[in-house]
Amino acid sequence: MLSLYEVPVRSRLLLGTARFPSPAVLAEAVQASGAEVLTVSLRRESAGERAGQAFWSIVRELGARVLPNTAGCHTVKEAVTTAHMAREVFATSWIKLEVIGEEDTLQPDVFGLVEAARILCAEGFEVFPYTTEDLIVAERLLAAGCRVLMPWGAPIGSGMGLNNLFGLKALRAHFPAVPLVIDAGIGVPSHAAQALELGFDAVLINTAVSQAVDPVRMAAAFAQAVSAGHEAFLAGPMEPRDMAVPSTPVVGSALLR
Amino acid sequence: MRATIIGAGVAGLACAVELAERGTEVEVLERSASLGGSCCSWFAGGMLAPWCERVSAPPLIVALADEGFAWWGEKYPGMQRRGSLVLAHARDAGELKHFARRTQQYEWLDAEGIAALEPDLAGRFEQGLYFKDEAHIDPRAALGALAARVQALGGTIHFAAEAPPAPAARGEYRIDCTGLAARAVLTDLRGVKGEMLHLQAPDVSLSRPVRVLHPRTPVYVVPRGDGHYMVGATMIESDAPSRISARSMLELLGAVYALHPGFGEAEILEIGTGVRPAFPDNLPRLRPRDGTLYVNGLYRHGFLAAPAMARRAAAFVLEGREAPEVMQ
Repeated sequence: MLSLYEVPVRSRLLLGTARFPSPAVLAEAVQASGAEVLTVSLRRESAGERAGQAFWSIVRELGARVLPNTAGCHTVKEAVTTAHMAREVFATSWIKLEVIGEEDTLQPDVFGLVEAARILCAEGFEVFPYTTEDLIVAERLLAAGCRVLMPWGAPIGSGMGLNNLFGLKALRAHFPAVPLVIDAGIGVPSHAAQALELGFDAVLINTAVSQAVDPVRMAAAFAQAVSAGHEAFLAGPMEPRDMAVPSTPVVGSALLR
Repeated sequence: MRATIIGAGVAGLACAVELAERGTEVEVLERSASLGGSCCSWFAGGMLAPWCERVSAPPLIVALADEGFAWWGEKYPGMQRRGSLVLAHARDAGELKHFARRTQQYEWLDAEGIAALEPDLAGRFEQGLYFKDEAHIDPRAALGALAARVQALGGTIHFAAEAPPAPAARGEYRIDCTGLAARAVLTDLRGVKGEMLHLQAPDVSLSRPVRVLHPRTPVYVVPRGDGHYMVGATMIESDAPSRISARSMLELLGAVYALHPGFGEAEILEIGTGVRPAFPDNLPRLRPRDGTLYVNGLYRHGFLAAPAMARRAAAFVLEGREAPEVMQ
């Protein structure tokens, strides 16, 4: 079973809670997805005043573990402050750390990310950093104290799937024992299945479900894809090759004259 | 027959009009000192846009709006049924396609079609959606019209008035339309904060509501006439009626400036925030509780849904007729 910071998690589908048509649809989608971990973003203005309580309690009451995130933070200081608020609001040491470097691609600022990870890990947080597939950044995040990594598939909300297959495979091969959760960029269930087939431990989905025409149905579709992908990984997929190989062997077959 | 209605937002005033028109003696009690003093209706966009809303709302919203068009047309002379326009910049073309997939009753427009409807937007957008059956009203003028109608029908509106202690006296109906203030009783109610601006933009001429889709900062602009525009609105899961944040302001202004550079020269007339009351499915409800009928959860559909809710509220208190679609 997948374990994230010593917490066993049965479902390899993590779900984001933003931009659903309503909390009621969110609740149904969570049910359909089987997700046991939900990310919630904290607007700093609401955290300060406890004004988002109503929505947060809806999320808490869904029965899943909450992974608060620092979405929309552009600086180390902002991300650290938001993490502190999140710890207080959700009474958890888990934090999905996002430090955004650029507004159009929402690409992580990996330098700020490593610095913020170091600060938060030292303070006892269990950090889930949203990062690129860069190996060296991954090394630095692990050195900073992270024990789970969340590499992107493609830019947040873009739905482009796994953009850099080479880089992602290298990351998986390089860190066989670190839980790797593909965060961002997944558009359709086949992308999620592909990530699990490659041996990634889980995927985090938000927009692809919340903005679907029927989010509840899409959540169920992702749940199936994730479990199919993981089963395929365990079953050991064949290696692709350049030439055709007949599935029926010729030698030993009956000769018809 | 007497009815006490608590709250003079769009839900309260619509209920008062419905009941007064059926011969009930109505008294409206409003906490603030004047119309719009503490209600989110005052900060509404005033779009009757069920097919645009259908993108994120269940079909019930369209059914409720159907009654709303006729009702507003009759009670308030300022309703304009000029449709609404939904646009996206070239790089966000996918947003338009996705918006269209989740609704109906629209036609696709090309650059020429957009220019024909809104000449000021000529050459600025390649594609758009036109929802020709939608309408818009000026919420503040509409609230004033409803208040005047209540009074003309013999009803009274008391401002700066506290709600009387429950329960209602014998032979008196009590209808609570206090939005988020009813939370102590309606515990599944939550607030969704919205931030908006009023701009005076003499260089921009638009004749119908325009929505600009964007993955992060969608915006809509509703013309109020004479170069006056309402720009809205953020959607934040928060029940604090705090002031606008710098980020929201930047985003709203950036988005309208991208719609038309003339907005760069606009004067900012007003900055407003309101907290919309919403139930978990974001749909409105009638809820009878201890002799009081609560009309609440109109969310961002206040002007669209208030007429249909008021008619159901009146039918419930006067005839005992239930409306299962909004009573569960």
